[in-house]
Amino acid sequence: MLVFSLAVMLIGRADQNFSGHLRAGVDDVLAPAYQMVAAPFDAAANGTGAVANLFNMQAQNAQLRAENASLLQWQAVAMALQAQNTALKASLNYVPQPLPEFYTADVVADLGGVYARSVLVALPAADTNPSAMVGAVAMDGRGVAGRVVEAGSRSARVLLITDMNSRIPVGLGANGAPALMAGTNGANPALQYWAPGQPPVEGAMVLTSSAGGAFPAGLPVGVVHYDAPGEPVVLPLADLSALRLLRLFSYPNNMPVLTPVAHEPAAKVAPFAHEIAKTAVKPRKN
Amino acid sequence: MARATAMRAETGLWRRLDAASRRCFPAGMLVFGLFVIGLPLSLPGLAEVRPVYAIACVFFWTLYRPSALPAVVVALTGLLLDLVGLSPIGLWAVLLLVLQGSVLALRRRLVPQNFVLTWAMFTGLAALFVLAAWAVESALTLNVLPVAPVVAEIILAGAIYPALAGVFIRAHRGPAAVELA
Repeated sequence: MLVFSLAVMLIGRADQNFSGHLRAGVDDVLAPAYQMVAAPFDAAANGTGAVANLFNMQAQNAQLRAENASLLQWQAVAMALQAQNTALKASLNYVPQPLPEFYTADVVADLGGVYARSVLVALPAADTNPSAMVGAVAMDGRGVAGRVVEAGSRSARVLLITDMNSRIPVGLGANGAPALMAGTNGANPALQYWAPGQPPVEGAMVLTSSAGGAFPAGLPVGVVHYDAPGEPVVLPLADLSALRLLRLFSYPNNMPVLTPVAHEPAAKVAPFAHEIAKTAVKPRKN
Repeated sequence: MARATAMRAETGLWRRLDAASRRCFPAGMLVFGLFVIGLPLSLPGLAEVRPVYAIACVFFWTLYRPSALPAVVVALTGLLLDLVGLSPIGLWAVLLLVLQGSVLALRRRLVPQNFVLTWAMFTGLAALFVLAAWAVESALTLNVLPVAPVVAEIILAGAIYPALAGVFIRAHRGPAAVELA
């Protein structure tokens, strides 16, 4: 058995796809099992929520009415701004960005390792080519949570932005000063490689940048914070410790700059996001 | 006469089923435990619990009921651990098998010892294997991985062994006892 295990380890080292395929297979079996187990928990959580909600419904109603009134005012503002925006775009010959397809997926298991931060999501039965999902951007309601690194027919594994192998090009602040956000295995990813003489400002908004083509520009990621002088970190907007639902945005193939992971299904697929940083500058084929 | 034979055959079948379920109990408990640890409970440190739980299972059952976890089961569990936890595939399969081998070698000396000594021995072995996993993984990824999770795992191993051992001992005397079937 020891020899067998050593052999497996060697094969795993020699052929990077071997463990990927095996892992996707195991994940496909585990995802439905986890979904089945999670169903009663969800029902219990929602059930108690409903009972508790009965008691403060009156207060909620009043609050919602007030909110609705103020939102109606904002709606008017938004419509005016939209009209203005359309007019301005028309005069600029603005080319709209391609809209991504997205799937909403349940987080069914928290399958990180000691040195890996990842979650397993269950996908609806395969209507797409699984490899098309690899590279999809995963967001929870508030911000970017990670990226799909492996996808089977029923499940996908999302590598979180806190993982040590995660490197994401970001833009800081209103003018999008470039930097790299690197996962550290801890709760808050670190910022690296900002422009000399322009250290990130405490409280600045961190958005994804399209540098390298792995991410579309402008997705919200987090806020700059200094834990120690000279060591800025990003406080992620996504609630990474308690992910329940993720939206997986798979961007279409006609993105201006292509990501080597997501959009070259036949080519050697880099299994982890750290490859992105290395291969991202590779010029587009053909 | 005929009825007596039929009854014996029936008890034989049920007894064999009982024995089989008892034989599968430790392996089932190990895999089920790993499954439960993966549930999205939003508790910190569950990733660290996973290898520690596997080490504790292999240690206990190899020590007190070596037939309960055959090497094949241990190797497959190791593979599962690697696939689920994103460690280099085969790493934990090798480590758990080596752990099983070393516990088998120490068995005659360890079994008669009292609980505290077994506990200390377990913590020591867990520390050794967690460190080995850290070293191999660092070598394979060509950078020094943070040590904090390793320390957390060792402390966890020492802390949860008495609780796990309590459960294991009950299983050892009850649902896993093949001789009671």
